Amino acid sequence: MSPDNWDLALSSLWPIISGALRGTVPLALSSFAVGMPIAIAVALMRLSRRAVLSRLGGGFVSVVRGTPLLVQLFVVFYGLPSMGIVIDPWPSAIIAFSLNVGGYGAEVVRAAILSVPRGQWEAAYVIGMSHGRTLTRIILPQAARVSVPPLSNTFISLVKDTSLASLILVSELFRQAQQIAAFSQQFMLLYVEAAVVYWLICLTLSAGQGALEKRLDRYAIH
Amino acid sequence: MRSTDPPLPPTTSGRPVLSVDSLHKSFGSLPVLRGVDLSIERGQVLAIIGASGSGKTTLLRCLNGLEIADSGRIEAADGELFDFAARPSRTELNRLRDRSAMVFQHYNLFPHKTVLENVIEGPVVVQRRSRVVAIAEARALLDRVGLGAKESSHPASLSGGQQQRVGIVRALALRPELLLFDEPTSALDPELVGEILGLMRDLAQDGWTMVVVTHELQFAREVAQHVAFIDEGEIVEHGPPAQLLRQPEHERTRQFVHRLLHPM
Repeated sequence: MSPDNWDLALSSLWPIISGALRGTVPLALSSFAVGMPIAIAVALMRLSRRAVLSRLGGGFVSVVRGTPLLVQLFVVFYGLPSMGIVIDPWPSAIIAFSLNVGGYGAEVVRAAILSVPRGQWEAAYVIGMSHGRTLTRIILPQAARVSVPPLSNTFISLVKDTSLASLILVSELFRQAQQIAAFSQQFMLLYVEAAVVYWLICLTLSAGQGALEKRLDRYAIH
Repeated sequence: MRSTDPPLPPTTSGRPVLSVDSLHKSFGSLPVLRGVDLSIERGQVLAIIGASGSGKTTLLRCLNGLEIADSGRIEAADGELFDFAARPSRTELNRLRDRSAMVFQHYNLFPHKTVLENVIEGPVVVQRRSRVVAIAEARALLDRVGLGAKESSHPASLSGGQQQRVGIVRALALRPELLLFDEPTSALDPELVGEILGLMRDLAQDGWTMVVVTHELQFAREVAQHVAFIDEGEIVEHGPPAQLLRQPEHERTRQFVHRLLHPM
């Protein structure tokens, strides 16, 4: 690389990291925070004995998983205004991403709940617990342990998917890189630099996943 | 009992803790209970024996509403009546369930909670008793079964026998009117069976009312006051163990006892 390129790489680093800190990271965190309650609610709907609820939950998962995230994002941001509903870039992105997390997360949560042995439900009923309390005190804590690895996948995917928000004008990591690239015409350099920053974020998350699994593992003997 | 142990439920009357009348239960088109009558006397240890698939576990689970019978009635000593043909509500089933506590074949301890947390979960969270009192009672019970030093351990670090002792303490801590045991020693290594049966014998001597589904004829003979033999969803015969196990009246009982004693 020429000295000029080094200069560009260094001087573009802060705008890109700033895009990550002010765009990518808060976007991913807030979408996940909104999406997980949706995921748990949809999982419980799918597990419900009431056919209406179960089908509603199934339909939601099917739509979310069966349509591209980019299309969902465009429907919310560019589509809804034609119906008179105008939503700013940030809330649009959070709506689309959290629904997406809700759909994928619901399947993870549902599988995790089903992985808790039936005897745990029975033991809780037998000491007099209600259904709701059994769920919150006995079943979900055990399901949480099981769902950490697959939910970490969901979260890491989400972090990368937030780059799509650049297409609805959210100023995040990738949009910063794009703007500098267009200005300097150094596409390879800037896009590889953006890729490296995404990768570093995901490395950090993987380390966090390991620590969380260890913490949740403290009661199990293998 | 020692003074620190939770008190036994008061004897309200001489009536049976539970009287079961004509209980029927099918799984789909398969009849599992075909009209079971049973009377569980206060302070009595009732052993239910029978082959696998005979309906004995289903019968036990009908006593606390884990299975809901299709028809038949259960009457409690205080006169409360549960009529299954009338499809009891969830609240009614809870009242039936609250009368007993159950010890499971596979212990079913809560793996994410410590031994002490397992024991106080019911008294504190469900029965809303004072946490301090519940902990004191739990510690006394754990001491009594030799697990006082394990209160902060998680179930996965305990042996099968230790886990089942915790399971029994968890049941006792609820102060139920009766204890239900579903093959409590079947999942244990043979050398650990004795410690659980010994503990159950102590409970019987303390005066607990117990219904025990079991394969342990020895236990039925030495601890139970009453044995019921169930086959194809019916109680074929019941009576004191000496009579039922030594001189059964029915051919089916004779064959079953013979098979258990001479498995080869």
